[in-house]
Amino acid sequence: MPEYQIVVCGSVVPDPLQTLEPVAGPTGPALKNEMMLPAWLDPWAGHALYEAANLAAKNPGSKVWLVALGPKAKLQQSMMTLAQKVPFELIALDGSASGFTDAAETAAALAEAIQAIPGLDRSKLLVFGGWESASRGAGATMQIVGEILGITDQFQGVDGIEADGSLRILERIEGGRHQVSVCDAPPALLGWATGNLPEPRNNPQVGMANMRAIMPALQKAKPAKIGAEGVTFQSVSLPKQARDTKVVKDVPPDQIAAEIVDWITNK
Amino acid sequence: METILFLSPTESGSPLSKSALEALATTKQLADSLGTTFSVGLWGDAPKADDIASCGADKFYAVTGAEFSQPRYATDAAAAEALCRAAGATIVVGPSGSRWNRIQAGVAHRLGGRADSHVTGLSVSDGSPAIARWYYRQRMEGILTRAQRPWVLAVESGIAPAWQGAPGTAAVEAVACTPPAARSNVTGIEALTADQQTIRPDADLLFVTGAGWTKKQPDGQVKTEEAQKLILAFLGLSRASLGSTKSLVDLSGEGQATLTFLTHMNQVGQTGSTPRHAKGLSTCCHGEEPHTVGWRFIGERRAISLDANCGWARGKADVLYVADAFAVMEKVNDLLAKKAGG
Ligand SMILES: Cc1cc2nc3c(=O)[nH]c(=O)nc-3n(C[C@H](O)[C@H](O)[C@H](O)COP(=O)(O)OP(=O)(O)OC[C@H]3O[C@@H](n4cnc5c(N)ncnc54)[C@H](O)[C@@H]3O)c2cc1C
Repeated sequence: MPEYQIVVCGSVVPDPLQTLEPVAGPTGPALKNEMMLPAWLDPWAGHALYEAANLAAKNPGSKVWLVALGPKAKLQQSMMTLAQKVPFELIALDGSASGFTDAAETAAALAEAIQAIPGLDRSKLLVFGGWESASRGAGATMQIVGEILGITDQFQGVDGIEADGSLRILERIEGGRHQVSVCDAPPALLGWATGNLPEPRNNPQVGMANMRAIMPALQKAKPAKIGAEGVTFQSVSLPKQARDTKVVKDVPPDQIAAEIVDWITNK
Repeated sequence: METILFLSPTESGSPLSKSALEALATTKQLADSLGTTFSVGLWGDAPKADDIASCGADKFYAVTGAEFSQPRYATDAAAAEALCRAAGATIVVGPSGSRWNRIQAGVAHRLGGRADSHVTGLSVSDGSPAIARWYYRQRMEGILTRAQRPWVLAVESGIAPAWQGAPGTAAVEAVACTPPAARSNVTGIEALTADQQTIRPDADLLFVTGAGWTKKQPDGQVKTEEAQKLILAFLGLSRASLGSTKSLVDLSGEGQATLTFLTHMNQVGQTGSTPRHAKGLSTCCHGEEPHTVGWRFIGERRAISLDANCGWARGKADVLYVADAFAVMEKVNDLLAKKAGG
């Protein structure tokens, strides 16, 4: 049975239920009260982590690392829940996880941290991440990480992997379809979409085992200076608000249906 | 002065896709606004430029070879890199889509440049190109310029009309590119049959279903089967594309008795897609305000909900019908069936 070394890149984003408002910060745009907003593991990176843990569990001898670049305090907050989910070793980098930073700068820091993992074996290496973040939403970081690491078997929008030495990978393509690829062997890089696994239940034992290593990892988190050199934002604004919604009430279904059919069939 | 390159993969025996022709139109517009010209780079097993010979490009480049037919990172990135270098491009514009999006940032890295994806607008500001794109999952729009070159862009579909013009004979310069040894192969496509496939990017209408379809109704009954029938019948009659809220999709994932044809790919919103359609009709959705970003790129919007304060409607839709979606959609289907029959 093959063994895998799975390195997952994932960071934190503001809770999507919060109101987000752009403000001008000292080095470019930022979010209003950014440090006060509760943080979550970026959803697609979360799927990548759960898929990694699942693959590792099915292939004994495999191991999962989570390389996370974000403000240390926010990483610590999110680890409290995340640590309970699946076993992993954290490598923390202390720097900005803002959506307004440049993917190239984030990728360089992540790749450097991956290259520094002791005992990393390319013939077992799978680099996972979300196919896009919920902050920058660019789908760029993982590609650049792969390039720096010299991995040119890259897959994006991944919804499934079967691994028995070779890798059978499903990627989302246009029109709700999946492209199937077979990659001979690691190393490979996979940017995950939703995958197939539900969010794992909290497991206090896993939490305790994880936390023993997570706290020291957070303490020695290296500072990473991440910005957006060369980028000038002319504006960042919320969309023009509020359509003037006509509310139709107490009208029989027949009449509503007729109106809707008229509307959808008129080009 | 910028050197602009329109870049696109091609598919064996097919003309350029609609999104590629839209990106071509965007490129041409940018070149015109900057008072300069542009070139075209294509790759694939037999890329043909004759269809776009009259687009105004001053040069056509192509990387050709059977190895370049697969939508695969290693070979696509090598071809795109070679084309950018041959053209000496400082600005590269490609069409958003799985194939270009997979490699775009990697190619920028190889060229020592930078990438921006999901570009929703290109303009010229003080003589320099500026792009618009959205941040935090379509919650806010930024307009930015960049100092780095090459600047490699993926422009979204639907932001410009597709380029149209007479075919002709394009003088294509072959660009040499040694395909890298491939360790991966595309072995096929998994797709539902046309009738089972509910995601239809070219549809005029996006039909959004919410968890309300599976909730206890005012008469105390859960009517999931009826919901399933009504929704499928509507999709069959209207040929709409089906979107769903996260709640409803998650219910399917948890194996609850629910709408069996929904997958995560149908999900729209924060952690789903934000498709572009001319019209959108949401049914039985509530959703907190931030999640209605599934609506962001929908033109005309209407909603049916029992709840007059439905988050998908107030201030977000043009019309909110406060009504029972089961009753309304049954009648809608009757009317559509009649229209189809006569
Ligand atoms: C990390 C994270 C990410 C998220 N991402 C997304 C996302 O991508 N997309 C998304 O949509 N949400 C997302 N959510 C939000 C979330 O799941 C919402 O709670 C959900 O979208 C709301 O579900 P709903 O609109 O389907 O239904 P509900 O909130 O359950 O509302 C159902 C509505 O249906 C109405 N109804 C019931 N029966 C009828 C009837 N017969 N006729 C008419 N109306 C009826 C009810 O009045 C009610 O208003 C996310 C949340 C989190 C925490």
